Amino acid sequence: MEKTKSFDHIQTAHCENGVATSLLRYHGLDFMSEPLAFGLGVGLFYIHIPFMKINHGPAISFRNMPGDIFKRASRSLGIKIKRKKFRSFNAAQEFLDSKIDEGTPVGCQVGVFHLPYFPKEYRFHFNAHNIIVYGKENGRYFVSDPVMETVTSLSASELEDVRFARGPLAPKGHIYFPENVPKIDELKLKKAIVIALRKNSWWMSQIPTAIIGSSGFKYTGKKIRKWPTKIGVRKSSLNLGQIVRMQEEIGTGGGGFRFIYAAFLEKAATILQDDRLYQISDEITKSGDFLRASAVRMAAIYKGRNTSQSHFNEVADGFDEIAELEQKTFLKLYKMKFNINA
Amino acid sequence: MKKEDLPQDKSKLENFTREMCYVKNKKGEYEQVLSSGWDVKAEALEGAWEEVENRIEEAKKSVARGALSPIVYFMELNIMDMSTLAAYTGFWRISIKRHFKPKVFQKLSTKKLLIYAKAFKITIEELKNFNGKD
Repeated sequence: MEKTKSFDHIQTAHCENGVATSLLRYHGLDFMSEPLAFGLGVGLFYIHIPFMKINHGPAISFRNMPGDIFKRASRSLGIKIKRKKFRSFNAAQEFLDSKIDEGTPVGCQVGVFHLPYFPKEYRFHFNAHNIIVYGKENGRYFVSDPVMETVTSLSASELEDVRFARGPLAPKGHIYFPENVPKIDELKLKKAIVIALRKNSWWMSQIPTAIIGSSGFKYTGKKIRKWPTKIGVRKSSLNLGQIVRMQEEIGTGGGGFRFIYAAFLEKAATILQDDRLYQISDEITKSGDFLRASAVRMAAIYKGRNTSQSHFNEVADGFDEIAELEQKTFLKLYKMKFNINA
Repeated sequence: MKKEDLPQDKSKLENFTREMCYVKNKKGEYEQVLSSGWDVKAEALEGAWEEVENRIEEAKKSVARGALSPIVYFMELNIMDMSTLAAYTGFWRISIKRHFKPKVFQKLSTKKLLIYAKAFKITIEELKNFNGKD
């Protein structure tokens, strides 16, 4: 069998944005780009889940639930996504093969732990990575992983391991692809952007809970202040290291997704021809810059250079600053009215 | 972040890939640029792995002392926690906790050992004969 027709590998910062972008572009939406997919998917978020632990550290996320970006982005444009999960690998593989025979590239949710083309150091039990499978030859599947610079391939048994990784967020062979992609005119795109902006600012500014949205940063700050006395410097250092990894590691585009979102706002400003959004974009950029600066301060702690309480307080103050900035910015965005018919 | 501020430090991604970052160019517009890494997060990752290695070493010592069963060691070696191991084996956490006791581990049936061995991708012999001493 030959390679499917003209599937283009697109590298992106984040895997789910990448799969959404590539698949939608493949189906004819040439205007789709990573920031747009992320923005329309209402991707920006912050949550600090208390009592829960991930890899023995705090459970923090800078983005919404895995899977939601593609779901919301396509829903907002009226695109239907077909999804399937499987009990057995044979059924999963049969279905995948039939889609490839048809020549349809498909998105697959996979676990990172068994992924052979990732460096060992990055292979934790994280089960919400996304790749595109777009062809098969001599028993090897062609894989376009959005965070990689080039395309790769996986054998059938390697694919079984990653598609049926277990643990939290187990993929269970999850496979998905756009079923019908309507023509999208400018007005529809504008409408979708306005709705996405409003939804995202709602999530960030309107939920009266300390752990969700902009106020979540404050909550984390409060925790950080207590860590050195409560759990000791060594464990606090590890926790801070975990926050930095969640915020900066591959997939975030830097600054806890803030820069991708700022790029979306910039794009939205152009499409909606609304200069106010440039200003919001600048403020989210600033928030990303604050996060980068905060990462540098945290690094000084886990490298063991600065480990006194005052340094933890400094980090916490940084989080308060971010909370304040984002609260203000998203409230402004939430109250903004757009006239898209003009 | 400005384009000229984007770090290009060494990282574990070297020889695998570079990561996409969003930065502002001179015109003040966003642009996609590849980065090879950033020291700040490379050190965070290193710290995380040091902790993993500590846990493995601790588990090894406990097995050698006879305080815990090899399951603990292989669980740590595979960077698993209880919930991940429970998901891979299908055992309840409370049973797994029991299997951590060397005495209980000795009496485990071959069927159960096989389930563990499969989860850790090793043979039953490797699992049974691990004593943490070498």
